[in-house]
Amino acid sequence: MINALPERELFAPGHSACAGCGAPIVARIVLKIGGPETIVCNATGCMEVFTTPHPRTSWKVPWIHAAFENAAAVASGVDRALKKLGTRDRTNLVILGGDGGTFDIGFGALSGMLERGHKATYVCYDNEAYMNTGIQRSGATPKYANTTTTPAGRSVHGKTEFTKQLPFIVAAHGAYTATANVAFPQDLADKLKKSFAFNGPSYIQVFSPCPTGWRHPTDQSIEIAKLAFKTNVYPLYEIENGILKINRKPTQATPIEEYLMRQGRFKHLTKEEIADLQQHVNADWERLLKLEESGLRIF
Amino acid sequence: MSGKKASRAAATEKKGKVLEIGAVVTNPGSSFENKTGGWRAMRPVWNKEKCTQCMICWMFCPDMAIPQKDGKRGETNFDFCKGCGICKSECVFGAITMEKEKK
Repeated sequence: MINALPERELFAPGHSACAGCGAPIVARIVLKIGGPETIVCNATGCMEVFTTPHPRTSWKVPWIHAAFENAAAVASGVDRALKKLGTRDRTNLVILGGDGGTFDIGFGALSGMLERGHKATYVCYDNEAYMNTGIQRSGATPKYANTTTTPAGRSVHGKTEFTKQLPFIVAAHGAYTATANVAFPQDLADKLKKSFAFNGPSYIQVFSPCPTGWRHPTDQSIEIAKLAFKTNVYPLYEIENGILKINRKPTQATPIEEYLMRQGRFKHLTKEEIADLQQHVNADWERLLKLEESGLRIF
Repeated sequence: MSGKKASRAAATEKKGKVLEIGAVVTNPGSSFENKTGGWRAMRPVWNKEKCTQCMICWMFCPDMAIPQKDGKRGETNFDFCKGCGICKSECVFGAITMEKEKK
């Protein structure tokens, strides 16, 4: 199945991402599906820093970076310019941002772009913290995760809040919304194809492990991404025309402990905290199942 | 030329050059000059006999160090392999093993 992806490589090697990083795999798949007629707007973040150390670039397609918060606003301008030039129909417009540039800093610009209905695909590679500046907590960081701004100490055990449910906020704008996982390239490719064909804004949030920030061996990145799916920590679903569909279901959910104990950022967790997370994951999963079963137009 | 030397050479070259307006990079895919193979501590060794050409390693390599041509896997490109070991962990057939890098 993996062989079905195009062989051509529009993302050049020699970038300076850490060994075992998930983000370059996301960029590769995006360009494999987008093809040479793709324009990439990049928010500030690891992806921008490691792919373009001046005077070199890893991109073989037009690429633009302006600031941290306005990647979606830049893309709105590109969309309008392409329309004026008359080449909008044959060009794919992709916005790439990390979870910090999407959940927190770029959220206003993203919401504006979605509301104005620009035809663009926002791909957020979600590594659950500000990894580029040294692992600070973001809106996407899970509860109890140890980061440099939410250190695990004696009285406070990491972050005290749950993750922001951004896919649902985006879906409420009427956009095509999907979650994906770097360990399932074919699923991500299918969703990208759908979003390029969709006449309007779309948003794909891709789970992408970070060995440096999550403190796990570099070779386990994909295994941990697979475990996130098997434990229902990161379900794969899409919301199209307001109707939710779960794309893949694990045959039997694995206990969350297996996923947590592989990562250094969770190693301080007590039994009660693991049970709390398990309960939260179960409740979220059940809500998704109910939403899918009802077939209701939720947005 | 090792990665460090190459980047130093690029920096000296840059000094004498006038930057494009907006510091635009006009050479697509030029990070190819930056050989990241020097980062490697462990080296993946590919066993051709056990390999079934499923291309899972090709798909998951973050450094494009495993080439594919006409559906066949090529020899690992050690100019760029950072030795993360994802290919070893993901290979279902045990066709890749990790070895300590020699000087």
